[in-house]
Amino acid sequence: MVEPVLLWRRLVGAQVRSQLQYRTSFLLDLFGSFLISFIDFLAVLVIFHNVPQLGVWSVREVALLYALSSISFALTDLLIGHLDQFPQKIRDGNFDILLVRPRGSLFQVVASDFQLRRLGKAMQGVLVLVYALAALHLHWTVGRVAMLVVMIPAGVVIFASVWVIGACLAFWTTDGGEFTNAFTYGGNFMAQYPIDVYASWLRRFLCYLVPLGFVCYFPALYLLGKHDPLGLPRFLQFASPVVAVIAAAVAGTIWRGAVRHYRSAGG
Amino acid sequence: MIEVEHLTKEFVVRRGRLRRERHVVEAVRDISFHVERGELLGYLGPNGAGKSTTIKMLTGILVPSGGRVTVAGLDPSKRRVELAKRIGAMFGQRVQLWWDLPLIDSFELLRHIYRVPADRYRTSLQRFRTVLDLDPFLHTPVRQLSLGQRIRGELTAAMLHEPELLFLDEPTIGLDVVAKQRVRDFLVEINRERGVTVLLTTHDLGDIERLCERLLVIDRGSLIWDGRIGELKERYGRDRLLIVDLERPVPPLEVAGAVVERVDGPRQWLRFRGPAADLTARVAAATRLVDLQIAEPDIEEIVRRIYAGER
Amino acid sequence: MRLDWEIAKRGWRRYAAYPWATAAGVFTNTIFGFLQAYILLAVFRHRSHVGSYDAADTVTYVWLAQALIMTVYVFGWQELALRIRDGAIATDLSRPLDPQRYWLAFDLGRAPYHLLFRGVLPFAVGALVFRVHYPSPLEALAFAGSVALAVVVSLGFRFLYNAAAFWLLDIRGVMTVAITLNLFLSGMVMPLTFFPGWLRSIAHALPFASILQTPVDVWLGKHHGADLAGVLALQALWAVVLLGLGRLALRGGARRLVVQGG
Repeated sequence: MVEPVLLWRRLVGAQVRSQLQYRTSFLLDLFGSFLISFIDFLAVLVIFHNVPQLGVWSVREVALLYALSSISFALTDLLIGHLDQFPQKIRDGNFDILLVRPRGSLFQVVASDFQLRRLGKAMQGVLVLVYALAALHLHWTVGRVAMLVVMIPAGVVIFASVWVIGACLAFWTTDGGEFTNAFTYGGNFMAQYPIDVYASWLRRFLCYLVPLGFVCYFPALYLLGKHDPLGLPRFLQFASPVVAVIAAAVAGTIWRGAVRHYRSAGG
Repeated sequence: MIEVEHLTKEFVVRRGRLRRERHVVEAVRDISFHVERGELLGYLGPNGAGKSTTIKMLTGILVPSGGRVTVAGLDPSKRRVELAKRIGAMFGQRVQLWWDLPLIDSFELLRHIYRVPADRYRTSLQRFRTVLDLDPFLHTPVRQLSLGQRIRGELTAAMLHEPELLFLDEPTIGLDVVAKQRVRDFLVEINRERGVTVLLTTHDLGDIERLCERLLVIDRGSLIWDGRIGELKERYGRDRLLIVDLERPVPPLEVAGAVVERVDGPRQWLRFRGPAADLTARVAAATRLVDLQIAEPDIEEIVRRIYAGER
Repeated sequence: MRLDWEIAKRGWRRYAAYPWATAAGVFTNTIFGFLQAYILLAVFRHRSHVGSYDAADTVTYVWLAQALIMTVYVFGWQELALRIRDGAIATDLSRPLDPQRYWLAFDLGRAPYHLLFRGVLPFAVGALVFRVHYPSPLEALAFAGSVALAVVVSLGFRFLYNAAAFWLLDIRGVMTVAITLNLFLSGMVMPLTFFPGWLRSIAHALPFASILQTPVDVWLGKHHGADLAGVLALQALWAVVLLGLGRLALRGGARRLVVQGG
């Protein structure tokens, strides 16, 4: 268990070292990813300029949802966002090289092309989280602290599973990358708002079937001590880690099946 | 070391944009061959003949559609990770080194990927540094290396974990004469001294002639030759060429037992089989000869004839 | 004219070559459309109007924005910058064809492809599920003209920030700021109607509103008569100004290229 993590650190560390050689360019990218993702929070503020509440949700509560989803998503993006370039790896046949090495193929894809600049996105989420927590005056219990600590990694695993499943599409067509965006970037956009605003068919699809509702909506209800406007069972608020494990298992199975379908480029 | 029985790979290709028709293309069709430990053999074929597809099935990259493959006692596609520790692979046109990092860093990372113990790694690397003369560019980022230097780095990367079997896909492509020779010497060394089995695909017949004793030739998915190079020459090389220089240009000669293959001014090329003396006498009787020479077909000519369908 | 037509055809074909990418894009735009539509509809549970927009206007806005997102190309574009960086621009400049005219023609070929294949389907899905506003024939005609102008304004802006590559080694920083401003101030993220008054005034004083907000408002029939003519004229003015600035930048950059010897 430990050895792959050490290897991951070694592989990623080497890439980070070479990225930090170009300091100005790195800082520009960091700032850029901060700025662009921050627009989404400006949108939240614009909405609440017009209404005091969105359904039963105040701006502070939505800020908390926004921050938690953004942080989970940004960390996922940092860890495996380079899966967006996976179709390119398939197209030019460079995936072959990973397959002749004695390590899991997904592990190797994830450990290559790491981009530290994506950290900018997470910084923006942390900033909003600080604002939300400062404004909300939550009553902190052991349970709530534990929830906050557990829900972020669970959210990362859920987003990551969705991303991996989306990336598998590249084994069939290398032009469909944007399809995956609907669930990754789209999933983040969705999870930044309380899911009771969406129509029930969309919720069933994007919050339960694709379990993005478990990234932050349900855990946040518990953090806020809020009554679920959808009236769903309370145990769902604690289900995120379980959902994450299931999602990861499904993603791993699909990946393994898809690799067997790999056709490789160039005769 | 390698056992291949009735190996087949089909690809489904869809053509057309909207009404996409389904075509099944057999990239590799019912191939069988065996490779013993310690062999160095060449795998030859025109572009798109199925060379790379075969190698990819042998290394576990592609799953066969039919037939059976065993490499080092393992089924490659089912036991890919296990097999990967025991084989090395180098694809001449792909970069497996880390582009932005110094060469030595790539070796360090590969050491951990392959779990090579530190002492084994040190001796292994030391040997390649000497044999392939890596020291001048060991600390240079890979993107700044010349092609020849990079290929030497790639060879080292493929061999660091001391595999029993090495797959090389076009290892000398694009290299100049000197660099090519260095790669060939290296391959001979690891094969003869270390007993590494080497399977080499190439377009370069120089590689084949200098390195390989045995040759596999594939064309349009089927194996059309499997045997020693000597046998190949004997079988397809029985035809020789008599090149004659005449006094002046004349129409193609008509002599029994030979066919004129080419005419260039007063020079003509006659393809024949059997003793040269009789033919020379017949030609001399027919016209005034200035000079003559006899050419054995080289491997390039032979392969051209095989592809052209002269079996 | 014949030449422009040929270039435009290439612009169309470049994108028509990837039907799967188009299909995937349509799907993604549709998902984003649904999400944004439901989020903004939640606002109308509390009030019936935001500025001059009612719920139907807002939903129409959301779907038009998704339909036009590729047509008016608000995301990063750096083809010119890459040609400047790798020096290919020197070849472009030595040709009798002006680079700006080339890219304008190319973009005017690209835009109809995106309007037709990336725009129509998401909007149709939105129109099936939600109550949307349909324009009168006159408004539709004005909308077509406004979209065409929006494409030119968009290209003028993209050309301008790409030209920064003549002076900067790396335009990523410039491009990020440009995209951020464009996304936010064109109304792509949120209709400008929803903005606080002061921010709305700033947005309307800048060219970005001409890239999305104006065409959508024209579709929604928010402008009539002289007012309509006025906003279209303003779009045209921005098109001329941005293309003019781009031309100056190109000239300055070319001079710099000559001085430095490429």
